[in-house]
Amino acid sequence: MWLTQPLNEKSTRLFLGLLGAALALVTILHLVFPQGHPMHMSIYTVSLMGKYLSYALLAVAVDLVWGYLGMLSLGHGAFFAIGGYAMGMYLMRQIGTRGEYGHPVLPDFMVFLNWDSLPWYWYGFDMAWFAFAMVLIAPAALAMVFGYLAFRSRVTGVYLSIMTQALTFALMLAFYRNEMGFGGNNGFTDFKDLLGFSLSTDATRLGLFIATGVALAIGYVICRGIVLSKLGRVSIATRDAEARTRFLGYRVERVQLFVFTVSAMLAGVAGALYVPQAGIINPNQFSPIFSIEVVLWVALGGRATLYGAVIGALVVNYAKSVFTGIMPEAWLFALGALFVLVTVFLPQGLAGVLAKLRGKGSDDEKDLTEKEAAA
Amino acid sequence: MSLISELTDREHVFDFLTPAASPVDVRHGPILYMEDVTVSFDGFRAIDELTLTINDGELRCIIGPNGAGKTTMMDIITGKTRPDTGSVWFGSRHNLLTMNEPDIASLGIGRKFQKPTVFEALTVFENLELAMAADKRVFPTLTAKLTGEHRERIDEVLEMTGLQELRWRTAGVLSHGQKQWLEIGMLLMQRPRLLLVDEPVAGMTEQEMERTAELLTSLAGKQSVVVVEHDMGFVRSLARTVTVLHQGSVLAEGSMDEVSKDPKVVEVYLGEGI
Repeated sequence: MWLTQPLNEKSTRLFLGLLGAALALVTILHLVFPQGHPMHMSIYTVSLMGKYLSYALLAVAVDLVWGYLGMLSLGHGAFFAIGGYAMGMYLMRQIGTRGEYGHPVLPDFMVFLNWDSLPWYWYGFDMAWFAFAMVLIAPAALAMVFGYLAFRSRVTGVYLSIMTQALTFALMLAFYRNEMGFGGNNGFTDFKDLLGFSLSTDATRLGLFIATGVALAIGYVICRGIVLSKLGRVSIATRDAEARTRFLGYRVERVQLFVFTVSAMLAGVAGALYVPQAGIINPNQFSPIFSIEVVLWVALGGRATLYGAVIGALVVNYAKSVFTGIMPEAWLFALGALFVLVTVFLPQGLAGVLAKLRGKGSDDEKDLTEKEAAA
Repeated sequence: MSLISELTDREHVFDFLTPAASPVDVRHGPILYMEDVTVSFDGFRAIDELTLTINDGELRCIIGPNGAGKTTMMDIITGKTRPDTGSVWFGSRHNLLTMNEPDIASLGIGRKFQKPTVFEALTVFENLELAMAADKRVFPTLTAKLTGEHRERIDEVLEMTGLQELRWRTAGVLSHGQKQWLEIGMLLMQRPRLLLVDEPVAGMTEQEMERTAELLTSLAGKQSVVVVEHDMGFVRSLARTVTVLHQGSVLAEGSMDEVSKDPKVVEVYLGEGI
């Protein structure tokens, strides 16, 4: 099975092992050591880590299309945000009468706008299964429509990047409007509970952190499964010589559409896990800058490795938290400098450095023996 | 939506389940038969009443000065260009003029273009795997597994092209000549009946040319091969029937020695020292 194939692979096992160890470590640091102990990890930090992990999943999704399909998407933040909004709508409906205005059905912002009934597209979001399905379906639908039109017309390269950028920008402007029914520029916030668990308790937040880690693991295995399958090799072929791949009889636009849609769904899941941990979702999540930042994480971590995307997302966001704490003005300069340095000195990203440290012999030879063993 | 229709398409039978027997009828000898074919572009006759027969299993070299119509001839056979008049038959059953490019390709006519394009990031083995005749839709490709039969076919082609040692190398590190052989191998993966090879030795070293000649010679018999080439030394080393094209029609045909003594050919090639 293509999905279980990565589990036989050393690098995937190593990744999953490290991820599991990290989850366990954070849990222990939080639960075992009492508050006030120097080793104690506060719930604030746990949630911060959870947000990093959801970013890491988003980065993996971007790496799947950029690294293996050669499609530089500068709009993956849109899928992330849509997944987040789907989750946000569920969380808003869960508030019920506990809102400021105490309306049993309408979220506060609708009462404030003097709306008297729920717009049709809010129906069903009071049910968890429906909302969670929408977390996958809504980004997938957008990706399919956008991808179908773009790939059918063979839009690739820089034009596709610009169009994805325009897509997320257009959505940001749309979501800023109050009439859209998504809370305008304030978005959604003040969430109370998720599946009956109060979001203000430490246990729920720890659970969310672990759920995000598990989602990252599953997302990683799915991506790795695609990459290791024949479809993955067709993707790489498409990336490097699209016309030639077409000539061999592959329907390139369908391969692109499939991989792009899978990637969008993973981004949606990442967004849905981000929102309850961040406690807010607003149209800024659609901002083009955010999508570009995601690409920077992937570039820093190392493109077309998947684990590099995870490393990049974690490192950059940790650095961001530290930096913005010390001197917030300097962060963008630091990010820019980091990007320039990595492109000049580490074109393979941090993953490239790891690979060099790991194997003394040439990578080629190692691959050779590994593949021979597999064959 | 295309993807959905593909998902729900239950009518389709996997390609490898359909009988592989080639429907091409070659009982009467020729695998390719062109008669009185004429193509003109803006009044210029690129192909002028060309009549050409390629026998099943034959290795044929086609030479001719620039503008003799060699590439146009290939374009007609592969369905890229439609002739104004004439007929083109593949075996005695298939009229190529009524078919489109993909259909002609799946019928078993493979064409190798001048410039090699292989997938540089993939290994030699993977390049051949992708070229293999298989169900090429998205989901079958995702779940595709290499069977023993597939491996055997890949091994066979690796052996034919002499690339066994390099099978796990990425194609990007291959030399120019090796890339050309890999590309011929990719064509062979689809089990073509007729191979059209356009200037295979351009830019090759002497040694590589020798290997290429060996490869093409070994292919003949199992499949028919048509080689278009400028390099006279290479054509001579293939030592097969040579067709000289000139201004869109056949000027002479025979062994290299016969052809090079032909006064008409000498005239056309005057100064080129055939």
